Amino acid sequence: MIRSTIFCILTLYPISCIQATPSIPNILGNNLIDQTCKKTPYYDLCIQTLVSCPESFHTDLEGLAKITVGAIAQKASAALRRIETILTKKEHSKPAVREALNACASRYRAVVEQDVPETLMSLRTGNYKFASRGTNDAATEAMSCEEDFAAGESPLSDLNVAVHDVSVVAAAIVQAVIES
Amino acid sequence: MGDHNQPFLPVSGDPECVPIQGDDVVDDSLHRPQQGSTKSKLLLAVFSGIFVVCLILAGGYDKSGVVKVAQLGGVDELGVGPIEMPAGSTIVRPAVSRGKSAGVSEKANLSPEQLLGGGEVSGDGLTEDFPWNNSMLSWQRTAFHFQPEKNWMNDPNGPLFYKGWYHFFYQYNPNAAVWGDIVWGHAVSRDMIHWLHLPLAMVADQWYDVQGVWTGSATILPDGKVMMLYTGSTNESVQVQNLAYPANHDDPLLLDWVKHPGNPVLVPPPGIHHKDFRDPTTAWKTSEGKWRITIGSKVNKTGIALIYDTDDFINFELKDGFLHGVPGTGMWECVDFYPVAVAGGNGLDTSVNGAGVRHVVKASLDDDRHDYYAIGTYDEEAGKWYPDNPTIDVGIGIRYDYGIFYASKTFFDQSKQRRVLWGWIGEWDSEAADVRKGWASLQGMPRTVVLDTKTGSNLLQWPVVESESLRLRSKEFKNVVAKPGAVVPIKLEAATQLDIVAEFELDKEAVERVAESDEEFKCSSSKGAAHRGALGPFGLLVLSEETLSEQTPVYFYVVKGKNATLRTYFCADQSRSSLANDVNKQIYGSYVPVLTGEKFAVRMLVDHSIIESFAQGGRSVITSRVYPTKAIYGAARLFLFNNGTEAGVTASLKVWQMNSAFIRPFPNL
Repeated sequence: MIRSTIFCILTLYPISCIQATPSIPNILGNNLIDQTCKKTPYYDLCIQTLVSCPESFHTDLEGLAKITVGAIAQKASAALRRIETILTKKEHSKPAVREALNACASRYRAVVEQDVPETLMSLRTGNYKFASRGTNDAATEAMSCEEDFAAGESPLSDLNVAVHDVSVVAAAIVQAVIES
Repeated sequence: MGDHNQPFLPVSGDPECVPIQGDDVVDDSLHRPQQGSTKSKLLLAVFSGIFVVCLILAGGYDKSGVVKVAQLGGVDELGVGPIEMPAGSTIVRPAVSRGKSAGVSEKANLSPEQLLGGGEVSGDGLTEDFPWNNSMLSWQRTAFHFQPEKNWMNDPNGPLFYKGWYHFFYQYNPNAAVWGDIVWGHAVSRDMIHWLHLPLAMVADQWYDVQGVWTGSATILPDGKVMMLYTGSTNESVQVQNLAYPANHDDPLLLDWVKHPGNPVLVPPPGIHHKDFRDPTTAWKTSEGKWRITIGSKVNKTGIALIYDTDDFINFELKDGFLHGVPGTGMWECVDFYPVAVAGGNGLDTSVNGAGVRHVVKASLDDDRHDYYAIGTYDEEAGKWYPDNPTIDVGIGIRYDYGIFYASKTFFDQSKQRRVLWGWIGEWDSEAADVRKGWASLQGMPRTVVLDTKTGSNLLQWPVVESESLRLRSKEFKNVVAKPGAVVPIKLEAATQLDIVAEFELDKEAVERVAESDEEFKCSSSKGAAHRGALGPFGLLVLSEETLSEQTPVYFYVVKGKNATLRTYFCADQSRSSLANDVNKQIYGSYVPVLTGEKFAVRMLVDHSIIESFAQGGRSVITSRVYPTKAIYGAARLFLFNNGTEAGVTASLKVWQMNSAFIRPFPNL
């Protein structure tokens, strides 16, 4: 019971957005978040990501894009932490797995150090196609990381899916910014 | 621009955000990847991630905009039809925890047998077996296409011919292989092929361009002086237009540039959003003797081209209305406007107008990242332009290129009386690979642009004639027959730097015999070269491996429709171009008119990771970026293929080995 409560809190309120303890808001009452998430292929994930950050209720479409980009950075960083953990336990992984992990580390470093800053700069200056490029690339990096492993051997599957999906959501919101 | 080496770190032990100022702060501490061991890189990346999240949350936001649902109809062919999805937008979930038999992603998983040999460990822990290894990556650099020695490039800027030199400027990031920190790179050439790199022309050193020295165009005045108008992104993210000119007009290399002290010369006018105002064009003369430019923008979802008149490039008058606008097309970037002669032949100076002239309006659409043009009539007095055919208006009709090609810009080459088109060719691989190889993006081979006198309704593009100076030894293959289902090797000494000119004929008797089909074909929704019809696909397999584990088909697909009329499509298929899992695998192309008496004709420039394919004399063009893991160096092959079911194909081709252009820094500067 306690474990599932903690799990719920950590899932719904990721560390980066913890301010005070927010109450669960009335989602239907906020048009922009609902309308925006309907334009993404993962509506529930989009809602969850935005709603868990109180700033999303007081911002515009561009701000929502930035919040989802923050979620990309957060999950990509989590992937890098897990890769680090596994690699330091040398005795636990096969060479092919270690090799794939190193490749994934390159990919996730690119997400955090290249894709995310490029996307934020693009949103800030209004040259939006580079935000599209950055968010779509983050999805590609995550998917390619998963495919770098033989079937069943990926220790990153949940994080790869998480980065991929939230990147796709971010890319859809960026496209909405471009078309607005 | 701040200290590149010390990213902010949160206060130790405290997960709360470090408050910073809002959007206005220019922060580039995130752009530089750090050197060092894997472990410290990971830790740094983790902190960067946390910092980035705090940055977003603490930052201010722009004024709210109304969210509208966008529906962009468009064409990918010379006709009406739904638009192709931009690359990367197809959602494919990671193939997670599935056995090989059930629902595994179509992208091949690499088995040890498929990997290249080797075994040395590279600096970041990856062995030479694992894509991407250094051998594969270094092969990707081109031999005769313009690219800087390293890092990121995008839009072509201000091309011109001046005192015996072709000048080329470009959007450049001196610090990384991704977009950011944008300044103007510069290079010169005698022939638009053999380029020599020069120092940066302009950097982001003024408040009005500190967040980016963006795209601009050159105008050569009658007295020979050069005016360069360009967009700056200010310290507050406002897009403004600035004037620059050579510091020394006697310097043929135009090394140094002066920014006009009174910059900016244009700011967004009322009703235009401050982030929808960029990419000024070359100016042309009006009948009143003024200079006129156009700048792309949008109003709601209507893409527009604003018009300004000026006498001095410093004081501008906004003309009422727009040169043109097309609803639903969104922001028009890199607008271009120029005359073409109805009779074809030479190009025309941008100021030419009158009888025997049509005018082209072109826009790069931010919404779908493609370049569109339309041909029409320019009413100089009214300051308006009207398309000849509104159903294929700007942004909903013809594209310069059905592959990867954006932010293009023409200039009039007065030395050879031709109009030349430059286009930015981005990457179709992952940014992680770009970071590893240390560079990203190319420029297309410059192309002459003329009106297609046979159809009157589209342009023809063709590599500049100087490209032929790269041709070395050639081999001819005459009347090679490919029966249905055949793959025929074209034996060459090498197959990664080629100029190919090929013609194909379908067996006439088979064409007459086959039944009419009501197939509605689109390259992008087809199965590529595996999509078998009666009369196609047939063409060439480029950058292919001996066993065809990797292949890039460029081909024609012919449909015999009602009343036995033939409709031809020209496609390039990336789906099996590489065994890597992080490159573009889509299929590109368009309908192409093939007139009575014409054979199916294609010219292709193959230059390592770029293929440029010109069908029917340049009536339809596809630029492809290809990243094989095996079909590289001496292992690359060329094949003729015919995967149609009914008709044999006879092909004649001439293939030249292409020399390197030896692009390098200007000596002794």
